[in-house]
Amino acid sequence: MKIRPFRLSLLGLSLFIPAALCAVVLFLIIYSGQAIVFNGLGFLSRITWNLGNLYSDPVTINGIQIPLGANYGILVFIIGTLASSLIAILIAVPLSVGAAIFLAEAVPELERSRPRWMPPIRPALSMLVELVAVVPSVVFGLWGVAVLVPFIGKYLAPSGSGYGLLAASIVLALMITPIIATTLLDSLMQIGIENRESAFALGATHFEVVSKVMLPMVRTTLIGGIVLALGRALGETMAVLMVSGGAINILPTSVFSPVSTIASFIVSQLDSAESDPTNMAVRSLAEIALVLFVITLAVNATAKLLTSGALSVHNHK
Amino acid sequence: MALRRAIISHIGWIACGLGLLLVIGPLLDIVGVVAFNGISAFSLELFTTTTNGTAGGLLNAIEGTLVISAGGMLIAVPIGVGAGIYLAEYGSNKLGNIIRFLSDVLTGTPSIVLGYFSYIVFVTTLGWDFSVLAAAITIAILIVPYLARITELALRQVPNTMREAGFALGASEPAVVFKIVLPGATSGVVTGALLALAISVGETAPLIYTAGWSNYLWNGKLTNAPIGYLTYVIWTFIDQPDARSHALAFAAAFLVMLVVLAINIGVRLIIRRTKLT
Repeated sequence: MKIRPFRLSLLGLSLFIPAALCAVVLFLIIYSGQAIVFNGLGFLSRITWNLGNLYSDPVTINGIQIPLGANYGILVFIIGTLASSLIAILIAVPLSVGAAIFLAEAVPELERSRPRWMPPIRPALSMLVELVAVVPSVVFGLWGVAVLVPFIGKYLAPSGSGYGLLAASIVLALMITPIIATTLLDSLMQIGIENRESAFALGATHFEVVSKVMLPMVRTTLIGGIVLALGRALGETMAVLMVSGGAINILPTSVFSPVSTIASFIVSQLDSAESDPTNMAVRSLAEIALVLFVITLAVNATAKLLTSGALSVHNHK
Repeated sequence: MALRRAIISHIGWIACGLGLLLVIGPLLDIVGVVAFNGISAFSLELFTTTTNGTAGGLLNAIEGTLVISAGGMLIAVPIGVGAGIYLAEYGSNKLGNIIRFLSDVLTGTPSIVLGYFSYIVFVTTLGWDFSVLAAAITIAILIVPYLARITELALRQVPNTMREAGFALGASEPAVVFKIVLPGATSGVVTGALLALAISVGETAPLIYTAGWSNYLWNGKLTNAPIGYLTYVIWTFIDQPDARSHALAFAAAFLVMLVVLAINIGVRLIIRRTKLT
């Protein structure tokens, strides 16, 4: 084979991407090694996260140095992550399906009767939906603290504090609606005119055409978009951190309970983990990061399988 | 019967319209609230003095965000664009598919995981402490996959006949790529770079564990010196009890949002115009 220096140098550059990914996974595994051994499988099922006594001499268990009484369990954060993401999906799906249908079907109808001087409104509206996705997470968090949390505290929560699972879920829901809505909008626009016309010819109303013919056709893509949004919600950090109330060692009992997610907990532990002389807390945080990586990888892979499967259906048509 | 179906249809349309309203409404409220509170916090000293505790100005944070984003772009653009060129021109094989897949995995990785990786590798193990370099590398890892993907898409838009014409004139591979394909895809590549810049300005989670925070201006050191950034001000100062720090948080949020929205709206308008013509 001929050696092509130009291609090889470009290949070298592109290999940085897999190298970075492998480095992330590898170093997290190496670094959390002792923590994985010490924590065992109970890491995932224990409720208590206790850094132990950081000021007394560390004890040695099975050759691993840990602070006296340290115990690391992340069930609370796993539950917090799953609960906030699932409630967010429950809120986001109806909103984004409605928004996508309205943009795809109702807006063109409305535009037909617009006066000539008016510019088309659909591009502007769909751009607004896309822009929701680019607002930085921390700005969503700020809005949550300034607007949403006081609202929930005043009108909804019995305790009077708006910080908690519900606030986190609503902010997450707003952040992921554009993912579902744009995925659905794109596939609704690809449906052929003959499918719609045959439904109209059977006497269906316009809304029946959309809900009974078009939506079932794009079902798989819709589910793919939902799973993709789930992947985003699971790893979301700042907005959740700012409005969730940050619970440790206690499982949520209602939608108003304070919660922590895996991602938000990692951020909130920076200071306390650094004060651990044995480094076991920092290693356990690395193990948490690894757990989060595995969860999002699994969810994103599922989304990829679903959306690519839907594409092949489209090609057969 | 027909009446019932008509009524259900109307209710359905109203529900869908309500959905759209509930998606767009909060966005408008966010922009409104942040712009109103942010602009009312504007003053000359905001841009000329550094943060002092939870008061003062934002000069150090503005400078820090610029330094970190510029550093991240400096590392990420050559790698991302190079990878995009490889994937578009020579990547239609198994190796290209593997790189593309792993690039997608990296895109889907939560940014806090990348931040924590940088913390254990650069900040603690290599002993850089909180620093510009650790922050810039983390941001670079975050945006490289986007750059590679958008560059690849832009280059694939250039028709094959142009490449063939170049080769027919005896041009070498580098000449075809740099003198024919890349110039033809400039707008796409610039779009990708701008979107990556917007991401790096708005990120927080990967910087908390890498940049740290500093009340002072950057001293020019790449390692062993923490640096401030705008998004830090947003999430910490809003938790302070006094109104002055809230005002700073909103001012910082307004600056960040302005950059991010301006880039994204500008890019979309330009893309739409070129599509129409």
